[in-house]
Amino acid sequence: MKQKDPLNIIITGVGGQGNFLLSQLIGNVLVRSGYHATIGETYGASQRGGAVVSNLRVSKEAQYGPLIAQGQADVVLGLEPMETLRVLAQYGNPQVVVVTNSRPIYPAAVSTGWGSYPTPEQIASLVKELSRKAWLVDATDIALEMGAPILANIIMMGALVGTGMLPLGPESFERELAESLKRDRLDINIKAFRRGLALVGDAA
Amino acid sequence: MANVATFEPGSAQLLMGNEAIARGALEAGIGFAAAYPGTPSSEIIGTLAEVAKEAGIYVEWSVNEKVALEAATAASFAGVRAIVAMKQNGLNVALDFLMGITLTGTNAGLVLVTCDDPGALSSTEEEDSRPVAKWGSFPLLEPATFQEEKDMTRWAFELSEELKTIVIVRSVTRTSHARGDVRIGERLSPNREAKFVETQGLQYTTYFVGPKHELAYQKISKAAEIFETSPFNSYVGPEKPGLLIVASGTGWFYSREAVQTLDVEDTVGILKLGTTWPLPEKLVREHLARSDKVLVVEEIDPFLEGNLKELVGEDPAAVGAVKFYGKRSGHIPHVGENNPDLVTKAISGILGIEYVPVQPDYANKARSLTAGVVHSRVPGFCAGCPHRATFWAVKNALRMDGRGGFVAGDIGCYTMAIGPTGFWQIKMASAMGSSAGMACGFGNLSQFGFKQPVLAVCGDSTFFHAIIPALVSGVYNKANFTLLVVDNSATAMTGFQPHPGTGSTATGDVTPTIDIEAVCRSIGAKVEVTDPFDLKDTTDKLLDLMEDEGGVKVLIAKRECALVIGKKQKAAYTMRVDAERCIGEDCGCARICTRVFQCPGLIWDVENGIAGIDEVICTGCGVCADVCPAGAIIREAAQ
Repeated sequence: MKQKDPLNIIITGVGGQGNFLLSQLIGNVLVRSGYHATIGETYGASQRGGAVVSNLRVSKEAQYGPLIAQGQADVVLGLEPMETLRVLAQYGNPQVVVVTNSRPIYPAAVSTGWGSYPTPEQIASLVKELSRKAWLVDATDIALEMGAPILANIIMMGALVGTGMLPLGPESFERELAESLKRDRLDINIKAFRRGLALVGDAA
Repeated sequence: MANVATFEPGSAQLLMGNEAIARGALEAGIGFAAAYPGTPSSEIIGTLAEVAKEAGIYVEWSVNEKVALEAATAASFAGVRAIVAMKQNGLNVALDFLMGITLTGTNAGLVLVTCDDPGALSSTEEEDSRPVAKWGSFPLLEPATFQEEKDMTRWAFELSEELKTIVIVRSVTRTSHARGDVRIGERLSPNREAKFVETQGLQYTTYFVGPKHELAYQKISKAAEIFETSPFNSYVGPEKPGLLIVASGTGWFYSREAVQTLDVEDTVGILKLGTTWPLPEKLVREHLARSDKVLVVEEIDPFLEGNLKELVGEDPAAVGAVKFYGKRSGHIPHVGENNPDLVTKAISGILGIEYVPVQPDYANKARSLTAGVVHSRVPGFCAGCPHRATFWAVKNALRMDGRGGFVAGDIGCYTMAIGPTGFWQIKMASAMGSSAGMACGFGNLSQFGFKQPVLAVCGDSTFFHAIIPALVSGVYNKANFTLLVVDNSATAMTGFQPHPGTGSTATGDVTPTIDIEAVCRSIGAKVEVTDPFDLKDTTDKLLDLMEDEGGVKVLIAKRECALVIGKKQKAAYTMRVDAERCIGEDCGCARICTRVFQCPGLIWDVENGIAGIDEVICTGCGVCADVCPAGAIIREAAQ
């Protein structure tokens, strides 16, 4: 398949989930492989429990601006399901491919009882309805099982690479992990990455 | 953060705009860097601080922006290239000294980076810094790309030395706080022979205002000449465009993308201006003369737009009839930040092209399916944040006191107490240090019948930045108020930078800790200290201090930021909800835990109708156990 240029990827989540470290990791791999990459980030006050969105734009030709236009996402990587839906409403289109973590982080509106959080079935059906292909992965649950919730992001990165939407394969990402992580953290991260990679088989 | 000192020249690196600025400064051979942190500017000096020792440069977090600028200017006077960075609010603090530089001039290259925040994404306002360049006759550069963030910063030092004045580089959130690939250049070495050399004619003073003001104008004329051939200004488009876009900063990325999206490259040209004050007049006139429609795309105020119109007005015949579009015409909004959609809409409107951004079927479906399902996330205090506990005590103390007391706020994480997670306690907030300054006024209104207790709230970093003069003024003038210092031992909002109270410098050296309690006592204030996690003690002390109407009182609520603690040590407690004791909606507490206290670690188990703990988010601070009236939240010492 011919690579779309620029490829517009939105990585979304909630403040504190490690969204920026993840987008930076992916961006580094791309730039080291000769691509232009831009990552627009929203943070500041939104770091404290607000929605956090990275706009990652990848091109062989030129550097693109830090914001993706409405309806122009090619891939949405959601670290939190409600944030995935929020991004789809603004940046989605019939061709968009989605990988989303299934574990909710409840907004105050839900904890207070003023609104309800959609059921897992509702989320699955909405995400499918609004995308060409979608995968829901239990990244946080697997990460907890592996011993550290922050591994969820590496699992999600594995799943993203598994979709084949990026212009680079798993080896490039494993090389980046090997170069950027301390040795005692490397094995568990490679394991997490491969778990994620393996999760994305059949489109849901 | 990236180690910007060790990058291989010629390599491509993914850099945050602020890191690119830091690298540009290193490439220019700076020896001195200073700032007070402020989003979105903080990573410039933060990045330099990380590499200061190996790069052989001096980097400091100054107590405020004015001191940062003064210190950097001293380095320039002594022959060492210096950079100072600040956000737009910080520029206001530095302004008094900055305006003197118009007359004193500089010696070694001196560059001030101001990072504006269109849309106030992490600011209290969205002021445009650029008019200060025109006001003070300083050259102004506006980088549009990540590469330019680096290259313009580097060049700004040469320009500063050529003109002997400070050069202003204006970045914005979307370039400072975004990342892009940057090609790395060679580094120059700093001047290692700093020396202040006296000159004739009181050069470094503002005396002889007339002649020196005249000289400032001459410098700006010289800058305009230099800008005529600057590679940071460029044009792409047809010889005679039907519409000419003049773009600066982010306007260039957005305009280029909009022209591509609308497929109008044959009729629309883009003049990208990187040197926006003074304007390269000849170059600009030439381009304006080739089109009769001009759209100006810039961030925040119509600064460039106004200056272009001024240029046309000086010699209308040289340009011919031009209709301007931009912020004044309403094609680009006056407020908030730009984005590719806004610019595409503006161009399509001017050209009369139909533009449908998203397939309407999909857009309608997406909207209707997600409405009512996706809830907003209001930024609030983190799980385990000491400020939530402090404002819980404030709320209760003010209610128990019963005299209509209120809180004057300040700038920091705790400003979020204007919202639900600080129980709406802060009633006013605008500038650094203003809580105590305003309390000085409220606290001297008793002869007009004013009887309400006044609480001023500030953080530890803010205390040093701008509270101290107001506190002195309050004691001196016998104002009646209580200052609550929420001391979390960090400049938390901007990324945990050290400050004079932390015992550590920007480059990690140990330094004497300046004790807030001792400072307040030495001024003559009555001082108490509390742990905000001890809700009862904090509430009682607040009540006592508000009772005491003898002038300025200070309560220091001391507890380290939860995000800092979380990195250093394990949770103190394991929290759980006793399902037997939590009686849910029947309790009569109106779900005080999740509905009022609103810690993100507390969740509501809808199925069983009781509270719960989210183990991924809870930091184990234990405070909620004291909030639950049924004693259903159980605090157990962590293993």
